[in-house]
Amino acid sequence: MINKILESFDEAVADMVDGATVMIGGFGGPAECPSYLIAAVARKEVKDLTIVGNTGGWGVNLLAILRERMAVILEIAEDWYDPGLLVQRGQVKKGILCFPAAPARVLTPFEQGVLQGQVELELMGQGTLCERMRAGRGGIAAFYTPVGVGTVVEEGKEVREFNGRKHLLEHAIKGDFSLIRAHKADRYGNLVYRGTGRTFNPVMAGASTVTVAEVDEVVELGELDPECIVTPGVYVQRVVVRPKEPRPWDEAM
Amino acid sequence: MAGERLDEQTMAIRAAKEFQDGMVINLGVGIPTYCSNFVPPEREVIFHSENGVIGFGPIIDNPDDADENLINAGAQPVSSKPGMAITDHGESLCIIRGGHVDITVLGVVQVSEKGDLANYIIPGKQIGSLGGGQDLAFCAKKVIALTTFSTKEGEAKVVKECTQPLTAPRCVDQIITDIAVLDVTPEGLVLRELVPGWTAEEVQALTDAKIIVPPDVQEMTLL
Repeated sequence: MINKILESFDEAVADMVDGATVMIGGFGGPAECPSYLIAAVARKEVKDLTIVGNTGGWGVNLLAILRERMAVILEIAEDWYDPGLLVQRGQVKKGILCFPAAPARVLTPFEQGVLQGQVELELMGQGTLCERMRAGRGGIAAFYTPVGVGTVVEEGKEVREFNGRKHLLEHAIKGDFSLIRAHKADRYGNLVYRGTGRTFNPVMAGASTVTVAEVDEVVELGELDPECIVTPGVYVQRVVVRPKEPRPWDEAM
Repeated sequence: MAGERLDEQTMAIRAAKEFQDGMVINLGVGIPTYCSNFVPPEREVIFHSENGVIGFGPIIDNPDDADENLINAGAQPVSSKPGMAITDHGESLCIIRGGHVDITVLGVVQVSEKGDLANYIIPGKQIGSLGGGQDLAFCAKKVIALTTFSTKEGEAKVVKECTQPLTAPRCVDQIITDIAVLDVTPEGLVLRELVPGWTAEEVQALTDAKIIVPPDVQEMTLL
């Protein structure tokens, strides 16, 4: 019998080791972020992680400011823990990211880490990052894209001309773990998402040795319409259900 | 004495004039986001956002109506609209990279007379965020740079050569500002429209970029 549902977030990341490459889903808001999986990685205190995703997180302090400022347009849940928590705790040595810098004069923990020489940044646009993940998931070693030619992204990369336009060689990314957020799952690991909660999450599913999905709800096998399943369970190894009420990040669960 | 400068909302109205019926439009953060409020009702356009929401409705400004699972790339809650589609981020970026976005309107730190765009590092910071902006700048069919002509401190943002790191070289097609509209052409930067009260000489005096002034420069109109 196939059953990918686990009872514990700690158990879901128990075999993560120092130096792991961890893809972290989400875009930059609360609803699409695998908060409790990130919290479990924080509790596990693994070090020297390479994180891969859109942002390096806002971290606890900026999240508090954001929550206050965003209140006029959107109420933000208390249990939003983002990759900034891992950066703040010194668990990250490198980020492969699109949006590491806060869009304001304030600094994210990741920016602070780079400025202090403790964290390394590999910056690229979202299209290239998504394609590198998709290549990793689909067994493609590398691909050419015109995006980034003549900018900082070109540095150290092979350039080749196709149809009269310069392209950069970009390599696939494979992770050790993809930590993603979804709405519903069944015990096969089939996933559906809600609205813009989808974003990077399905892109990362299957792009790592182990994909763990944090979900709102588990439903009976057969309940998800096969036509509407976004991520087939073959890409997912583990599923954990979020708690009904917000829990602090540092509480074992 | 030069004329008044347009406010941000009015700049957005002028940019939205470029949106034709049926177009796929992506709006960058900042002033460009206002453009969605000014599409004439007889025109149906599809607003695309990098995070995978395509054909969304107006931005929501009341937390009671907002859904955390329906936000745009600037993390603003947006409304659902009949015909809206949700994709994952990779598919959404394929829409951009495959050339399916007709117009993107992007903010500016500097834009050069050759159409080079610098906008991914906030002035004064050392680290920037490319987000989805680089893909848009390289791959959208038309790139509109929407910006004040100068910074609050009076430094030109439309320049001969960008001194800030580039998001994309030679990508901008049109520059819409608070005093003039300019096209980037193979011949150079061509003045097309002036905000009432401004002359070509006054605009030229604000920048080291060479502005070509054809005989048929128009006064800017918003409709």
